[in-house]
Amino acid sequence: MVKTSYLEASRQALAEEMRRDDTVWALGEDLGRGGVFGQYKGLVDEFGPERISDAPISEACIAGAAVGAAMMGTRPVVEMRFSDFALCATDEIVNQAAKARFMFGGQLGVPLVMRQPTGAWRSSAAQHSQSLEAWYAHIPGLVVTAPATVADAKALLKAAIRCDDPVIHLEHKDLWAFEEEIPAGIDAAPLGAARIAREGEDVTIVTWSKMVHTALEAANALTDKGISAEIIDLRTLWPWDREAVYASVRKTGRAIVAHEAVLVGGFGGEIAARIGEDLYDQLKAPVRRLGAPRIPVSYAPPLEREYHVPAERIAEAAQALAARG
Amino acid sequence: MTQPDAATARNFDAARFRDLYRQMWRIRAFEEQALRGAKEGLVLGAIHPSIGQEAVAVGVCGRLNRDDILLSTHRGHGHTLIKGAAPEAMMRELFGRDGGNCGGKGGSMHIADAGVGMLGANGVVAANIPIAVGAAHAIRLRKESRIVCCIFGDGAINRGPFLEGLNWAKVFDLPVLFVCEDNRFAATTRTAAMTAGEGAAARAEALGIPADSVDGNDLVAVDELVDETLQEVRAGGGPRLIVARTYRLTGHTGADPATYRPESEVATAWEDDPIVRLAATLEAAGVSQDDCAALARQAQEEMAGVFERASAAPWPPVGHAYTDVQDTGSPEERPW
Ligand SMILES: Cc1ncc(C[n+]2csc(CCOP(=O)(O)OP(=O)(O)O)c2C)c(N)n1
Ligand SMILES: [Mg+2]
Repeated sequence: MVKTSYLEASRQALAEEMRRDDTVWALGEDLGRGGVFGQYKGLVDEFGPERISDAPISEACIAGAAVGAAMMGTRPVVEMRFSDFALCATDEIVNQAAKARFMFGGQLGVPLVMRQPTGAWRSSAAQHSQSLEAWYAHIPGLVVTAPATVADAKALLKAAIRCDDPVIHLEHKDLWAFEEEIPAGIDAAPLGAARIAREGEDVTIVTWSKMVHTALEAANALTDKGISAEIIDLRTLWPWDREAVYASVRKTGRAIVAHEAVLVGGFGGEIAARIGEDLYDQLKAPVRRLGAPRIPVSYAPPLEREYHVPAERIAEAAQALAARG
Repeated sequence: MTQPDAATARNFDAARFRDLYRQMWRIRAFEEQALRGAKEGLVLGAIHPSIGQEAVAVGVCGRLNRDDILLSTHRGHGHTLIKGAAPEAMMRELFGRDGGNCGGKGGSMHIADAGVGMLGANGVVAANIPIAVGAAHAIRLRKESRIVCCIFGDGAINRGPFLEGLNWAKVFDLPVLFVCEDNRFAATTRTAAMTAGEGAAARAEALGIPADSVDGNDLVAVDELVDETLQEVRAGGGPRLIVARTYRLTGHTGADPATYRPESEVATAWEDDPIVRLAATLEAAGVSQDDCAALARQAQEEMAGVFERASAAPWPPVGHAYTDVQDTGSPEERPW
């Protein structure tokens, strides 16, 4: 076991995949200098500027070029710098990358990975803080991954690079510095397989990305109240692991879906609705959703905090559910 | 306008241009059948005919090798056909039938034929430009010798991806031939009215990309310029741009009566029909009018047969609505 950061784990994942497969290359702004967060540090020394390629500030072209390069048999890893900037490449992601394989009748695949540093972090404010995973999960053709742990920062990026579909890989900015002990030699995770982050009996909390850690905090507080929460870290939002979620909810009879993104239209709504439709007769209480208010993320910390679902709210929701049935 | 002088051009070779004449007719005949298909309800979505622009398709795509890569537009039947796609598969695609290039999932605007290096028409104006430079980037990374040709309309140069893509091609010195097929219209708008400055060539030159303009209805001239330019691109000279000036003789789509331009303008443009012009050149070189007429008939018969066979083709199986979406995860099921 080696103490490693989420950022370092992602760096290792890319380096290992580039060593394993010489069709893998990365492109994005400032990669030669290590990337804006340092997640590419040193890679240009090992792989050279052709495979760790700088790019002009042309998000649409970065993404579109990756589509063309992927069709031609390479595996581009696209860096979007902040998930917010990927919006400049919406056509390339949604109309081109996601659709090419289908609309061309399976003739052309688009095995690209788009890394999108996501989420609120240190007063980054409205245009540098969003969590837009629901948009991508909504688009047929895209795979969406969102690692919460250091091990997954590595295992899911490796899986994304090996995946033959376009993958939107959401790396939470507030987790870059997060450290954990991880085993050496972590391999690619299966895509679409959730992880039980904590076992419990009374209530299931389905969550992903940084919110997994908030949920763990809530679960610890709930132990003192005699409530045992099970936390499902989805890891992959599309495809999401329905079996794992259903197995847990069948056991507990209660479900909370919590995410950092704005609650309205968030991906939690899809999961909550599915649980409601399919497990109605096994629920002891209505499914609860927790997410951000429908406000942009603020700069000033007391306002920025308003965006975040605090651990206490998750614990309260769990208590309220546990009190029923 | 005729061009008998063209018969003395450096690149002129009567036998070759006789065949290129037939190729122009193949496009014309294919699109006439497609328009008939639209009228008869066999073509289901929008089609964008390139009637009057055939010399661009033949002059550009006729100079590409089979393993070269082509990115085309919504007005791409001619490009696709000349790159080597089978017309029956194309017509089946336009009719939404099984056996279409894309299994009936794409239609006219979203047609591709990977087998002949045609990586797609595109339903989004200018979206093919970044894809083209990315394909060229991959060619560079893989140290291959083929090149990429990216065709777009005069309207596309006002979208951001045009700037981003040309800049990219130049910065990375990629083997791309950009062709702006300037038919003077973007849908119902005269492109000049919505375009500042001197257009595609000037914009390319501002980025250090050498650019040339050519009479896009003069196949001999297009062929010659494309040949010279491709030699530069193939030799590692970096990206180049060609503006081929032409005129869209039909409406924007099969359904557009094009009432936004005077009939006299269109009538004058018909006199400049690239097919008629090449016939005059061929005649000056000793190819008889009868011979030309026979070539036209041959193409028309080919495409009439294509029409018959495509209209008899079955629909794709309904289950195909669910295939080729993505590998990862269980196949999608009908939720209703
Ligand atoms: C991004 C985008 N905007 C608008 C359209 C609608 N549209 C389709 S073709 C067209 C005109 C394009 O003009 P040009 O690029 O000159 O090509 P042409 O049709 O003349 O071949 C427009 C506006 C589109 N397909 N994509
Ligand atoms: Mg035009």
